[in-house]
Amino acid sequence: MAKITFVAFDGTRIEAEAENGSTVMENAIRHAVPGIDAECGGACACATCHVYVDEEWTSTTGDPEAMEEDMLDFAYDVRPNSRLSCQIRVSDELDGLVVHVPERQS
Amino acid sequence: MSEMIKTDVVIIGAGPVGLFAVFELGLYDLKCHLIDILDRPGGQCAELYPEKPIYDIPAWPVISGHELTEKLLEQIKPFSPEFHFNRMVTKLERQEDGTFHVETDEGEVFEAKVVVIAAGGGSFQPKRPPVPGIEEYEGKSVFYSVRRMEEFRDQDILIVGGGDSALDWALNLQPIARSLTVVHRRAEFRAAPDSVKKMFELVESGSVRFELGQVAGLKGADGQLSHAVIKGSEGEVEIPTTRLLPFFGLTMKLGPIADWGLNLHENLIPVNVETFETSEPGIFAIGDINWYPGKLKLILSGFHEAALMTQAAKRIVNPGERVVFQYTTSSTSLQKKLGVS
Repeated sequence: MAKITFVAFDGTRIEAEAENGSTVMENAIRHAVPGIDAECGGACACATCHVYVDEEWTSTTGDPEAMEEDMLDFAYDVRPNSRLSCQIRVSDELDGLVVHVPERQS
Repeated sequence: MSEMIKTDVVIIGAGPVGLFAVFELGLYDLKCHLIDILDRPGGQCAELYPEKPIYDIPAWPVISGHELTEKLLEQIKPFSPEFHFNRMVTKLERQEDGTFHVETDEGEVFEAKVVVIAAGGGSFQPKRPPVPGIEEYEGKSVFYSVRRMEEFRDQDILIVGGGDSALDWALNLQPIARSLTVVHRRAEFRAAPDSVKKMFELVESGSVRFELGQVAGLKGADGQLSHAVIKGSEGEVEIPTTRLLPFFGLTMKLGPIADWGLNLHENLIPVNVETFETSEPGIFAIGDINWYPGKLKLILSGFHEAALMTQAAKRIVNPGERVVFQYTTSSTSLQKKLGVS
């Protein structure tokens, strides 16, 4: 289990108790985090679950793989800490993770 | 105006559910025309995840979006559906005689007795990059596709993106451009390796300029672009630009459907669950675009909806005729239609 905090674009903080093995996107959808669209349902095919990983956590979450990088080309306002939340898998190491939701997804 | 195309049914959207509707309607002798904004059938299965596996199609433990589309096309072949790709339906109007006129942005007009909206998440439209003020230049200096190459002759062209569209157009437009620059946010490209190689040869020879970064701003007046500001890791550069072509993929938008006078529920079309008819008699909605209590956006739900919709559609197209329910396993008349008996 890991506690994940989603910071919506307007600053609202939403906390989720996430199960190991689930994706950060699935937890966002379960908690109705505003600004996470996830149009394709987690297939790494749409870039509408884009988040910014809090600077303190980027080394723990790691870098996107090639397929995710390709998909990030389609995301809105991509930054060095951009990730697709459907590609971040929850583990104990991520307990306390903070991700920020961009202004919009497309 | 082009000639009117008359048909029993117009299906808006050629995704899996629109395709299967051709089968169900075909069993009841209803002739279908399908209109789709993409250049091929399959909808999201073709555009979003052609190579990705789907695990919840009954009797297919695993099937890719592309394979599912191919199988559906094979299944509906006996009914000779007619496809109209690269078109968006702009207008849907009921006529005095009860039929519908369906108009596309290419100017075609269809006359149909029944309209089936199987438009999924709406129409795929190009994504607008996050550049302040870009709207003011759209249609004059900023284009999301190349319709006429002549509009790009002797222009300072800036192409943004790293996929096949971006590189194909860079290679095609370079010979007629005054200058051509490609901007991409990273050094890796999704495009075919051969195109990437060709582009870098042109960069080597000085015919194409490549900038690593993202478009941060636009300069110009009255819709006419003069420069683009590119922000890279080493600061900002200004590049003379009179034509900007951003290729950031597609997103789904409800589009003109919102203007057709149908009741909507959070951008979805509420339907009667017995017939899948919308608030307008004769207009049906099936698949991801519709809404009813308990709705699940699954391909298999859309298939079921197509079968029920057909029963009601048949009664509209052939009023007074008894609708006989039959099984393909045992009905020789259905088997004749399928060309197997």
